[in-house]
Amino acid sequence: MLLPACAIVAFFLLLPFVLSFPMSLTNRRLIPRPVRFVGFDNYIQVLTDPIFWRALFNVTYFTVLVVPVQCGFALAMALLINQKIPGRNFFRGALFLPAITSIAVVCVIWGTLFQYPTGPLNQIIGFLTFGLAGPIDWLGNPNSSMPAIVLLSAWQAYGFQMVVYLAGLQGIPGDLYEAARLDGASTWQRFRFVTWPGLRQTNIFVIIITTIQAFKLFTQVNILTQGGPRDSTVTVVQYMYSVGFVGQKLGLASAVAIILFFIVLVISLVQRAVLRDPK
Amino acid sequence: MAIVELKKAKKSYGAVDIIHDVDLRIEDGEFAVFVGPSGCGKSTLLRMIAGLESVTAGEISIDGEGVNHVDPSERGVAMVFQSYALYPHMTVKENMSFGLRIGKRPKAEIDERVAVASRILQLDQLQDRRPSQLSGGQRQRVAIGRAIVRNPKVFLFDEPLSNLDAELRVATRVEIAKLHESLGNTMIYVTHDQTEAMTLADKIVVLRKGRVEQFGPPLELYENPDNVFVAGFIGSPKMNFFNGTVEKSGIVRVAGAEFPAPFSAKTSQPGSLVTIGIRPEHFDRDATPDATIDVLVDFVEHLGGTSFIHGRLADGERIIVERRDVGDLKSGKSIKAGFKMKDVRAFDAAGLRIR
Ligand SMILES: Nc1ncnc2c1ncn2[C@@H]1O[C@H](COP(=O)(O)OP(=O)(O)OP(=O)(O)O)[C@@H](O)[C@H]1O
Ligand SMILES: [Mg+2]
Repeated sequence: MLLPACAIVAFFLLLPFVLSFPMSLTNRRLIPRPVRFVGFDNYIQVLTDPIFWRALFNVTYFTVLVVPVQCGFALAMALLINQKIPGRNFFRGALFLPAITSIAVVCVIWGTLFQYPTGPLNQIIGFLTFGLAGPIDWLGNPNSSMPAIVLLSAWQAYGFQMVVYLAGLQGIPGDLYEAARLDGASTWQRFRFVTWPGLRQTNIFVIIITTIQAFKLFTQVNILTQGGPRDSTVTVVQYMYSVGFVGQKLGLASAVAIILFFIVLVISLVQRAVLRDPK
Repeated sequence: MAIVELKKAKKSYGAVDIIHDVDLRIEDGEFAVFVGPSGCGKSTLLRMIAGLESVTAGEISIDGEGVNHVDPSERGVAMVFQSYALYPHMTVKENMSFGLRIGKRPKAEIDERVAVASRILQLDQLQDRRPSQLSGGQRQRVAIGRAIVRNPKVFLFDEPLSNLDAELRVATRVEIAKLHESLGNTMIYVTHDQTEAMTLADKIVVLRKGRVEQFGPPLELYENPDNVFVAGFIGSPKMNFFNGTVEKSGIVRVAGAEFPAPFSAKTSQPGSLVTIGIRPEHFDRDATPDATIDVLVDFVEHLGGTSFIHGRLADGERIIVERRDVGDLKSGKSIKAGFKMKDVRAFDAAGLRIR
């Protein structure tokens, strides 16, 4: 029973990954050409390229912003749709919609929302502040470009985290809340002392998954800013893409992939160790 | 300590009525037990008293004060849940002191109260363990400890023993009885086990489909059930019921045999149908029975001290007779089971007791 699944996983996931390591040690290019072994030259070239470090910084910045925003929003929405409110199933469906919308479509929608100077978002800000806060060039200003990408990424992807949180919430026995009510705990205290500890495992899972996702940031940036303005949204995957497919250096791109893999691996392990129950 | 009083208390979920106009008064310091078959509304009624379930109509008061709209934490009640509902990430001590800590009581007082409760329940050695590191019985004691620490006027238990094995259940039952004796609080206890009800209760409330069938001391319910349901529910094995017909004034015919009617001639017309009830343990206790009935033996259950004879009457109705000494009684044999008329209960066609 498991064999077909294992074969598919091995062929389409494991094999390319395993092959990318030897490839990263060659000067292989996209078009067929004689291939030469170059040792760790590709790694040295990547690690000495300031654009790579800029990309790594950007993606870290993105992660630091998007993980709390996206997970926080997902948790808030999960708490909301876990209530016994009328039309709960409608909300459950509606809130999950962005997650099943193609990222390309989401980019077009948000690209319109972000328009400078007269896009809807800028108009709303102008309206709410009585015109005091001027229009923001969301995607055109290096200071706001990454936060803008964070906003749209979190909005697009929180549905998955929301569903995981919802499952986590439903795994917390209801009588714990009743015991806490009898103990005199307020709504906030019930969240603090029952919900939050009860979500511990869920949190670890969600935060690690979101972090990994965040480090792979690519599509949004590629569609909306292509890394600009002034490299403020260059990401590691985008760097890999431009090296491999635009610059046609597959060996070099493989080295980037391997480096990214180890960065993500180390971060996940550290997160898991830190977030794990100390006792 | 407090009187718990329900006046026409009612609970509906949408159009479905779960609890129908329950009137009940549980005296100060009394141990009341709610019993009834599954789904009859025992938990719902208890949770209404706790404040975890709203009251659709009627009034609940604790210690003379109407509590319909009082927050659960301010009703002076503490509850022990069937699942124990211990906070999994807190130690025993933290679990027990949670309510006090949230209520911002002074640390000395918290420590004192936790220490007292721990001593009563022998939890001193387990203070720093988490629930996952405790046995079922220990968790149970922590749950009770958490209730004691709150120093409530009324203790509420919802089937607290149902997750324990048989031996521990008996031991904990005794513990709870002792606890009630030493603390003297009003306690309300839900169970569907009639043995627990009989042994623990000062008063038993028999519930059925959201209505109180009878409310009284255990022996009163055993001796003087108001209806067939209570008669059948209290006592183990169940009371035997036979179809009877009122022959002429003062005589009842059961399975072809005639007996003096165990009720006054005025209450039943000749020809009307009645149900006659006799408990298994009330057969053959007296050397001079008032009457006997023929029983065809199906099989005999030997329990050691006593035996249950499962058999049939002449008309095929089932009967269980308890005897101390059955010798080598075999199935297929016929015996005469003797009884006293004072042990016979009679019920009308609607199941209500006739006296
Ligand atoms: N939230 C609810 N919505 C609708 N009906 C409910 C709800 N909660 C309970 N009920 C119904 O109320 C009735 C009484 O339930 P309750 O839990 O009080 O029974 P119980 O006597 O405690 O049974 P058990 O011995 O199985 O615990 C049941 O028929 C149940 O289906
Ligand atoms: Mg129940």
